[in-house]
Amino acid sequence: MSVVLVDAGGTNIGSVRYALQRLGVDAALTADAAAIRSADKVILPGVGAAGPGMARLRELGLIELMRTLTQPVLGVCLGMQLLCADSEEGDTTCLGLIPASVRRFVEAPGLRVPHMGWNQLRAKQPHPLLAGLGGDDQAYFVHSYAVPVGDWSLATSDYGETFSAVIARDNFHGMQFHPERSAAVGAKLLQNFLSL
Amino acid sequence: MLSRRIIPCLDVRDGKVVKGVRFRDHVVMGEIVDLALRYRDEGADELVFYDITASPEGRGVDRGWVERVARVIDIPFCVAGGIRSVDEARAVLHAGADKISVNSPALERPALIDELAAAFGVQCVVVGIDSLRDADGAWRVRQYTGDPTKTQALPRMTSDWMIEAQQRGAGEIVLNCMGSDGVRQGYDLEQLSMVRAICRVPLIASGGAGAPEHFRDAFVEADVDGALAASVFHSGAIAIPELKHYLRGQGVAVREVSKEARSEK
Repeated sequence: MSVVLVDAGGTNIGSVRYALQRLGVDAALTADAAAIRSADKVILPGVGAAGPGMARLRELGLIELMRTLTQPVLGVCLGMQLLCADSEEGDTTCLGLIPASVRRFVEAPGLRVPHMGWNQLRAKQPHPLLAGLGGDDQAYFVHSYAVPVGDWSLATSDYGETFSAVIARDNFHGMQFHPERSAAVGAKLLQNFLSL
Repeated sequence: MLSRRIIPCLDVRDGKVVKGVRFRDHVVMGEIVDLALRYRDEGADELVFYDITASPEGRGVDRGWVERVARVIDIPFCVAGGIRSVDEARAVLHAGADKISVNSPALERPALIDELAAAFGVQCVVVGIDSLRDADGAWRVRQYTGDPTKTQALPRMTSDWMIEAQQRGAGEIVLNCMGSDGVRQGYDLEQLSMVRAICRVPLIASGGAGAPEHFRDAFVEADVDGALAASVFHSGAIAIPELKHYLRGQGVAVREVSKEARSEK
């Protein structure tokens, strides 16, 4: 099985790559359109801001390619947000593969932004990506912007509001948390993606 | 619900984990990767690696070990010590660290915080603050605390620096209360509560943990998001599974780590 990591400049690319290695998969890091198109699985990692993230994909000439992929695609953290229609962060138009608008968390007393740390995942609809997910399973989140709950939500989490932790539409999937840094729970979910 | 984080801090010198708050009388504790794995297995929520001599000596962090840790560790970790530029931070983040923490270099040149936040996003940028109460009762910032012979007292008020660091782009603050550090009599709840009131980003308590109750107090009384400790974990005085069990009983939300999920050793 060939897995590629789209080199869109995120600083977590190394961590995602190591997590895949721990699962026995050597993923290639690439920005090459042909390599991405021919891969069995495509992962779009991402740490940073939506505007620069989309600008980088545009510079690399990957926008249309990403939109037309037919194999399983996984966006992680910012990579998941880039799959959505748009983001409040820098008023950015995103890839538009999942019809959601990414919004900033609203600060409130006791509610610190960024949302940083381990939080509980709650399955919202059955999906092979969530196979084996337990009711107490937690994942590691670091983000200031979130995808609201909609029919794209496979799992949710709570931080002042309920937001999407895992999303999917057709062959496009997203995880708001960092599976590469979510211990055994994260490894299980990454393995589920590799098994799709 | 977001869990409160338990964060062991490992002091690193020349690629080994060392013990000892003093610059010179440190003892090698073991290999970085071995200790990191041990804490990961015990249920640590995050790790901080602190190059204890990087800042006073004016050198950067050796990042060979950062990559070794990133390959085997599947919980987040932060690297602190001697990061003074965007390029140095990038090297550490690309080696696999999730966050970088700046302290003395940010005091030397506060714009470093803005530059790091612009380059990597605030979620990667931790600002460490060493704070001590002066004779007049005010908490002020200390610099170069990695080396007692070079530590400087600054005129800067801890509260002023807290606010400025956040405005510049700190995504998390670690407050090291030096007055309580190393004596295991509990976190400085008075200072942490003062700082909590003006801290809008996650706040990590550091300095003073000696008993499970101290963690409970920091979470419940001072409402911190995470509690960092070193010696009580290294010495085995507090085991993380028992600590989490105690905290859960006290109504503190913590992450459960099932025995099956721990790696085989």
